[in-house]
This record gives sequence, structure tokens and C-alpha cells, in this order.
Amino acid sequence: MSLELHNVGRTFKGKTAVQNISFSAKPGEIIGLLGTSGCGKSTILRAISGLDTDYDGDISINGNTSKEIHDTTGFIFQEPRLLPWLDVLENVTFGLKGKKQEKEVLAKEYIESVGLQGNEHLYPRELSGGMAQRVAIARALVTSPEILLLDEPFSALDAFTKMQLQDLLLDVWKTYQSTIVLVTHDIDEALYLCDRVIILRGQPGEIDRDILIEEKRPRARGSEKMAALKTEILESLDLNKPSSITS
Amino acid sequence: MANQESSYAADGVVVPEKSIDRPRAKRNLKGWKPVLLGSIFPIILILVWELLSKMGVFPPYQLPAPSVIFLTIVELAKDGSLWGHIGVTTYRVFAGFVLGTGVAIVLGSLVGFFKNAEQLFDPMIQAFRSIPSLAWVPLFILWMGIGEPSKIAMIAVGVFFPVYLNIVSGILGVDRKIIEVGKMYGLNTFQLITRIILPASMPSFLVGLRSGLGLGWMFVVAAELMGASQGLGFLLVYGQNMAQPETIIASIVLFAIIGKLSDWILKAIETKSLHWQDRLVKS
Repeated sequence: MSLELHNVGRTFKGKTAVQNISFSAKPGEIIGLLGTSGCGKSTILRAISGLDTDYDGDISINGNTSKEIHDTTGFIFQEPRLLPWLDVLENVTFGLKGKKQEKEVLAKEYIESVGLQGNEHLYPRELSGGMAQRVAIARALVTSPEILLLDEPFSALDAFTKMQLQDLLLDVWKTYQSTIVLVTHDIDEALYLCDRVIILRGQPGEIDRDILIEEKRPRARGSEKMAALKTEILESLDLNKPSSITS
Repeated sequence: MANQESSYAADGVVVPEKSIDRPRAKRNLKGWKPVLLGSIFPIILILVWELLSKMGVFPPYQLPAPSVIFLTIVELAKDGSLWGHIGVTTYRVFAGFVLGTGVAIVLGSLVGFFKNAEQLFDPMIQAFRSIPSLAWVPLFILWMGIGEPSKIAMIAVGVFFPVYLNIVSGILGVDRKIIEVGKMYGLNTFQLITRIILPASMPSFLVGLRSGLGLGWMFVVAAELMGASQGLGFLLVYGQNMAQPETIIASIVLFAIIGKLSDWILKAIETKSLHWQDRLVKS
């Protein structure tokens, strides 16, 4: 439920990728980690997930700071990463424990909530990119993770599927109130989904700004307020001036 | 059930064509097409061969006509010795295959999963691999005599290497990304192996099995040539000694048929267990 990072940093072979990262997430909050590529967004996410244990500093999940994979954490990767030998239903039940029947009932519920009912017995090779990513989302959500980590989950999708799945994520979030950490390089996505956007900058990456977005959901994509925020973020990333390329 | 359900797919979701059942009759016809296409050339070849033999182009004491060869096989079947030859040879290949595969699975998994085992066993196995397997023949005969054990050991050695190499490379080739998925769901090492690494290395394992079986058939000939009183390889030697080319060719044909048959069985298993693979479909 609660997630806290204290001075988290990560060094790869003597080169610091990211340092001094501290923030905490309230239960049910959606936090966006935004930054240009190479500033360590995914590194932080992997540290939170426990897939990477060689980081410095402390990450506490519900007060537990041990560096391990917590079973209350779910991860949605940039690619679907479905197991190709399992069909949709089996992929979704993959992380569940318990009786087969109960698992399937639960999985079907989630498959329906990602709009894939009727496709339970298709294999990953028969799915389009968007469908596969929906399965991945269902697979991560079915275990009801209290903390959901998303690593650019929609970046490989076309604009329409992306919007659909963003709304889907919000729907699911509304129902299950997970704490979400979303890594993205898409400013519009961050503004549309997040309660707070943390901007990382530099190499090694550090927290540059922490922007609270108070606008109520459902938010209008491309509203004036959003546009103003977007300009602000672009400026803080030095991306709004052509001169930044040469400097 | 599955197919019915998939036609109720949600809006905007593409239902792949594959999941819609085609009429059964049409599919059966489709199944026969490759068989028909594949038999065109062998049939033409046999007809031409028969014709040329009848015209006396090939001397019968060197290359008898296909009909003569066929009759030889029928003769063998009639006096019952055919089944003995086929049975013994198949048994030897099967026993050697099982033995070689079994050892390959154990060693291959150890080497694939554990770094220590790799450092311990792999260099030695690689060194043994560079020995032409037939070089073991005299030693095996010396150790185990001319009977079944030496033959089966021979075949097992032949089967072992391709299976072993493919298991190891299959395990080492499993995508880190899907292993991470397993870790995210809290699988322990044993579960990671059984639920992710084994199924993911299945394709490579089956390739190893098929090439292992091919080598098994090769080695059974060698094993039976070196001394046997029964078996298709014995039939080869017998034909040579009795100056009966039709017996030799009959034996070759039988090798081809049962070799192909056993490969076909493995291929059917492969197709069935790897139906999930996203493979190239030729037009």
C-alpha cells in the first residue's frame, strides 16, 4: 500500500545511472516518472519491483525494506511478455495460486474487464499487439497488486489503442485502488493519468520537479489547463527551445 | 467450445482466422495434398527405373528392378523373417535412443542450469564430442562383446550428442524477459524451471530429439554391420555376401521407410506440443 523511497541510487559498473531519489506514494495514488531516455526511470522501477536488488538506499513497501520481490507488487512491462505456450486464460492465471476452477473464474473476470472476453483460448501468436498488452494488463491485475508498476506500458501501441488502454487502466484503478507508479516519456499520458508527475533529469538522473496535478478525472485530453502544464513540463525539460539542441 | 466463444469477440478485436473451424472434409483434403505432392517424384523415379530395368539398361545383378525388390520384401514377409529383422533393428534404435536421450537430459539439464556443472562437465563432453563416434566401436566390442549391449551403447553415444547440445543451448537461450515475469510472480527456482525454462526450451529439445533419432538410425547400421545375426544391417551384409543386390536394396528401402516413420512420429509430437510457436507459413 504505502511506498517510500529514500535516497535510492543505482550504479552500473562504476557509472551512476540515477541517484538521490526519494519520494513516497500515498495509497491509491498514481505517480508518473517522466524523463528523457537514459535518465534512469526504468532503473527505479526495477528497483521498486525487486527484480534489481543492487541499488543503494532504501525502498520500503508497507514498511518492509527487504530487497526482494513482494507478492503485493505487480509489474506491467513495456512488451507484453506473454508465455507463448500458454493461451490467454492460462497466461492470466499464471501468477495465481489456488484451485484451478477458482483461478479461472477470477481470470475470466479480468479478461472481460480488459475487453477480451471470448478470446480466452487464443495463443499469443494469434493476438495483435494491443490485445497482447491487454492480456499482460489482465495478468498483472488479476493478483490484485497493491502496488502496480508500469514501465512504458503503452509506448509500443498505436495512438487509439493507447488511449483505450489508458482509460481501461483508470477504470481498473477506480475499482481496485492500487498505488501505481508509471514510467513514461509521454507527457500527455502522464498528465492524463497521474496525480503527481515526478520529472527526472540529468545523467545521472535526479528528481528535478514534482508536479501535483489536481484536475479531476475524467480529464479532457488536450484541455487548456493540460496544455499549460505540458508547456511547463517541456520547459523544465529544456525541450521547448530549439537552442537546447546546441547547448 | 473454444471456437464458438471466439466468434463473440469484443468490438474492435480481430478474431484470427485460425480459430474459425473450417469444414472438416475440406481440411482432410488439405491434409492429403502434401502427401500427393511429395509422392510425385518418387513415383516417376520408380516408374522410369522399372522401365529401364525391363529394357535391360541396368544389369539385374547390379541394379534389379523395383518390382524385384518389392518381391524380395514380400518373400521376406512371407517366410516371417522380415518382422524379426525390422523388430530387432527397431528395438536397438529405440533402446539406444532412450538411453542416450536419458543421459543427455540429465547432463544437459545440469549443465544448462548450474554454472558449476557446466564448468565440471562441459569441457569433457565437448572433448568427447570431437571423437568420431564410430571410433568407439572396437572398444565397445572389446568391453561388451558382440551382443546387444555394445550395439545399444554405440547407438546411445550417437544419440547423446545432438540431444545434449540442443538441451543445453535451449536452456541457455531462454529469454531473460519471461524469466523475469516468473520472478515477478514469486516463483522459486524449481517452479521457474518447470513452468518457464522447460517449456521455453522445448522447441530446441525436440530438434535435438529428431537429429538424435536420425543419428540413431545411422549408428544402428554401423552396429549391425560389425556383426549381427539379425536386423536390417545384417540383411545388408547378407545381401553383399550372397551377391543379392535386391536384398541390399530391400534393406535400404526398409531403413528409409521405418526411419521416416519414426521421424514422422516425432514430428507429430513436435507439431502437437509446439502448436503455440509463431512460425513462418509458406505461401
